[in-house]
Amino acid sequence: MNLAAHDIRHNLGRFSLTCLGLSLLLGLVLSMVGIYRGLVEEALSLSRAPEADLWVVEAGKKGPFAESSRIPGDTREIIASLSTVAASGSITYQSVETTHNEKKIRLYMVGYEPGRPGEPANTIAGRFITRGHYEMLADIKSGLSLGEEVRLGRNTFVVVGLTQNQVSSGGDPVAYITLQDAQRLQFELEPPVARREAERGTAPASRDIINAVVVKVATGANPERVVQSVSRWKHLTGLSQSIQEDILIKSVVDKSRRQIGLFTVVLLAVSSVIISLLIYTMTMDKRREIATLKLIGAPDSIIVGLIVQEAVAMAVIGFSLGALLIRLTKNYFPRQVILMPEDGLSLACAVLILCVLASGMGVRLALKIEPAVALGG
Amino acid sequence: MSNHRMPLVNIQNLSKSFGQGDAQVDALKQISLQVYPGEVVGLLGPSGSGKSTLLNIIGCILEPSSGRMELDGQLVYDGGWRQKDLRRLRLDSIGFIFQFHNLLPFLNAAENIAIVLELAKVSPDAARQRAMDLLKYLQVEHRSETAPSRLSGGEAQRVAIARALANKPRIILADEPTAALDSERAGVVMDLFRKVAAEQNATVLVVTHDEKIFDRFDQTFYLRDGKLVQDD
Repeated sequence: MNLAAHDIRHNLGRFSLTCLGLSLLLGLVLSMVGIYRGLVEEALSLSRAPEADLWVVEAGKKGPFAESSRIPGDTREIIASLSTVAASGSITYQSVETTHNEKKIRLYMVGYEPGRPGEPANTIAGRFITRGHYEMLADIKSGLSLGEEVRLGRNTFVVVGLTQNQVSSGGDPVAYITLQDAQRLQFELEPPVARREAERGTAPASRDIINAVVVKVATGANPERVVQSVSRWKHLTGLSQSIQEDILIKSVVDKSRRQIGLFTVVLLAVSSVIISLLIYTMTMDKRREIATLKLIGAPDSIIVGLIVQEAVAMAVIGFSLGALLIRLTKNYFPRQVILMPEDGLSLACAVLILCVLASGMGVRLALKIEPAVALGG
Repeated sequence: MSNHRMPLVNIQNLSKSFGQGDAQVDALKQISLQVYPGEVVGLLGPSGSGKSTLLNIIGCILEPSSGRMELDGQLVYDGGWRQKDLRRLRLDSIGFIFQFHNLLPFLNAAENIAIVLELAKVSPDAARQRAMDLLKYLQVEHRSETAPSRLSGGEAQRVAIARALANKPRIILADEPTAALDSERAGVVMDLFRKVAAEQNATVLVVTHDEKIFDRFDQTFYLRDGKLVQDD
């Protein structure tokens, strides 16, 4: 006879509410792990989008994401001349804020050369940019739809394609435009400012500036060797893709990552205290029943089984409900929540172990209960 | 009642003290009593006289301070516990009945009886059958699937008695079994005790304050200030 199952059935309402409360708590822990993963994924998504083997940036800079990097627009031609380079593309990055349908939107603009490295791998709707000017690819999180027009700087762009999961490390959706449009958007001065500069006699600054060159190396070529080749030009630095990702994680999102990581640990600690208290309270409530069981000759193993099995049931149901809850709601979060199977499995194991350990308190209490308690009035 | 049979409960010079030094309280002082098979015995006395302490000691859930105790022919205490597995002794030889029946609320009436048998390694089917037989014997078989909270006081007490009888123990300890019952139902319970004692050659030791049943015992022991006064 499984006493735990009978007890759960008897107190189904209370047990269900306890599991529901626990599921919300564990759902919160799981969501934090998902947000942590999402943060890292979002930070890396932009650097992974061009599918580059290495990045060429301004000398001594960890650009273009961790630090600003400004290099001449003809750098791509220099890099392309290397025999170990299969393809290369100029690229620019900048944040813009504009209004669309009377709502403020922030976009992380990527300027690229269509047909060269730097363009997104695919679109989920519409097409890639085919015209030289005023076409745009936008991430679906921007809220923009195909065919919509967006005013950026002094020009109006038409959304011709939509991408997915393309956001900056700050969570702003990414939009792609041609390199020329991006350079104009980034460097073209507003007319009053331009007039003021002209009156001061300042020579117009070159707009042919880019932030980086993304490079695909030739088949069989070692990216590290290409990095060494690039470094021969004293005004340039080559960063391999792995180093670029390392910079992003350790510099750009490091504090946010650690903050969320620490908060997750705190939540786990709080969860363990709450789980311990729940199991302890559940055991306290059964003092008389446990005393009766002891009095009628139940061995300790039966009583330990009753408590541990209920704790395990609570862990399994609480975790499953929590995971289901987050799975159903994750797309409503403003930033990506990524639920990795290995994270879920790790947390499930941790919660299970936690519940078994926490039930130790209840077991200790139960084993101390004297059978004579059952005889009291 | 003199008797040549072997007593089921045989206590010699049993004492129990709580605390030490100036704070020592002698709950039981040199108690000796014998209870024989087939007897229904009353243990009476005012509150604090040591009745429950004595019941707990006979039930092997409280260790005496000194003396000697034999239960069902086995030496259980002689200056220390002489049985390794008191739980098993309780399971096999002693049945408990409580004032508030103490049925496990998460099991139905039949399951409350079957659990005792399953603890004694009886198969679930056999345990279920024995539970049903006992409920029939106590005329509450129609309530076998009912939760304790839905049983009347009398029905719950019968189920509790059935549970106490499940393993056919020869010693049944009842703590205020009729306190929550009216005179008629209290009489029925006492009749049941007598029937069980006679048919199972067992002894029923009843701790009670309940004057309604004072005249229903074969032997009555009075406890006063931890000392025993026998009244035949």
